[in-house]
Amino acid sequence: MKNPFALVMLLFAVAASAALPGDSVLQLEARLVTHDERTMTLASRAGAPQLVSLFFTRCDYACPLIIDTAKQIDRQLTGPQRSRLRVLLVSLDPQRDDPAALRALAAQRRLDLGRWTLARMEPLPLRKLAALLDVKYRRLESGDFSHTAVLVLLDSAGRILARTEHMGIPEPAFVDAVRRATAPTS
Amino acid sequence: MTLATLAAGWLCAGVSHAAPGFVPVAGGRFTSVLPAGPGSDDSTIELPAFHIMVTPVTNGEFLAFLGEHPEWRRDRVPRVFAEQTYLDHWPSAVSLGAKAAADQPVTRVSWFAAQAYCEAQQARLPTWHEYEHVLAADATRIDARQDAAWRERMLSWYSRPSGGTLPAVGRSTPNIHGIRDLHGLVWEWALDFNALLVSADNRNQGDAQLLKFCGEGALAVTDRDNYPVLMRLAMLSALQAGHTTRSLGFRCARDGGRNGE
Repeated sequence: MKNPFALVMLLFAVAASAALPGDSVLQLEARLVTHDERTMTLASRAGAPQLVSLFFTRCDYACPLIIDTAKQIDRQLTGPQRSRLRVLLVSLDPQRDDPAALRALAAQRRLDLGRWTLARMEPLPLRKLAALLDVKYRRLESGDFSHTAVLVLLDSAGRILARTEHMGIPEPAFVDAVRRATAPTS
Repeated sequence: MTLATLAAGWLCAGVSHAAPGFVPVAGGRFTSVLPAGPGSDDSTIELPAFHIMVTPVTNGEFLAFLGEHPEWRRDRVPRVFAEQTYLDHWPSAVSLGAKAAADQPVTRVSWFAAQAYCEAQQARLPTWHEYEHVLAADATRIDARQDAAWRERMLSWYSRPSGGTLPAVGRSTPNIHGIRDLHGLVWEWALDFNALLVSADNRNQGDAQLLKFCGEGALAVTDRDNYPVLMRLAMLSALQAGHTTRSLGFRCARDGGRNGE
């Protein structure tokens, strides 16, 4: 440990991950830097159900569709359900998708940044997160990415509840899963 | 088995176990089966120099790793990082036995566990391109892939039934880089195993495939005669990171440095 602050952060991370169940993807030790330049651990994303996807800002076919599909899901929820859902979009392109680029995309697509977070990660933790979510991606010589378009629904502990590769009109079964996940907890 | 053979066996096992080292591999232009981009026939890449282990990681080495990193024991690892079958051929979470000898390549390991082992050695899993490059070599040539006789030999190795006891590591002839056991011992994880987006040429399938593979279409494989590589590609691209199989092990690699760091 280089300094006591790092030790405290480590202890927090350990405590957070110790509380997560064995099938939670949020157990992965990884940090995100968000569109508003906050750094957080993946574990800190626990606490609310969320949709997670991987994308990149320069992607001009399937990624807009991923975002559209997520927005449509939002619209198919009741107000209370929607308020309980978070959305996390992680960039496959951390080199070019800095916070400014993420903010620009969020503005362009009019994303609800109260519940939606765009973020980037270092390449190796990103590879691991994609592995946990079963998303394939590959950097091409052009600097763009070939990847599978996937939305993954996590419960508040980070367990995978459902995933869909159907972009465009959201799969009804997937929307149902989101409704169940965002039902009020008594 | 005579005492002399046993002794020789122990000696050889001792040598390969005591020096699970890395060898350097020069970089350069390399032709991959994966094209560089969509609809591209160009599959030539610039591969940086790297270091790679001479042999796959053994049960004995993996057991030593678990001593330092008990969070990766099969009775402690979180289920997201390794499925139920992880190391299930070991008699217990921390012992080897009849079905898992110290010098056999470790199998029944997930991608996460393999990568964790490599990170503990200040290393990582090799990339797909690094594998392709070293797989192409034989004892005397860096790239034997154009040799039909060599491809036939490879194919016959991969066609052998996989029953029976797994041999110990280090027994096969080294290739020109000094690397052993790349063909016919175990399949091996790659760092970017989930980068292997391939399908048969489906650029005619239009929007349905474009949706699946972000805007680029799927990448068609350029060299369909290289069956060992294609089999490896098919196998890795069908796996998920938590999976394990009886015939899938791994070795580690490091980025190349000026002084071989």
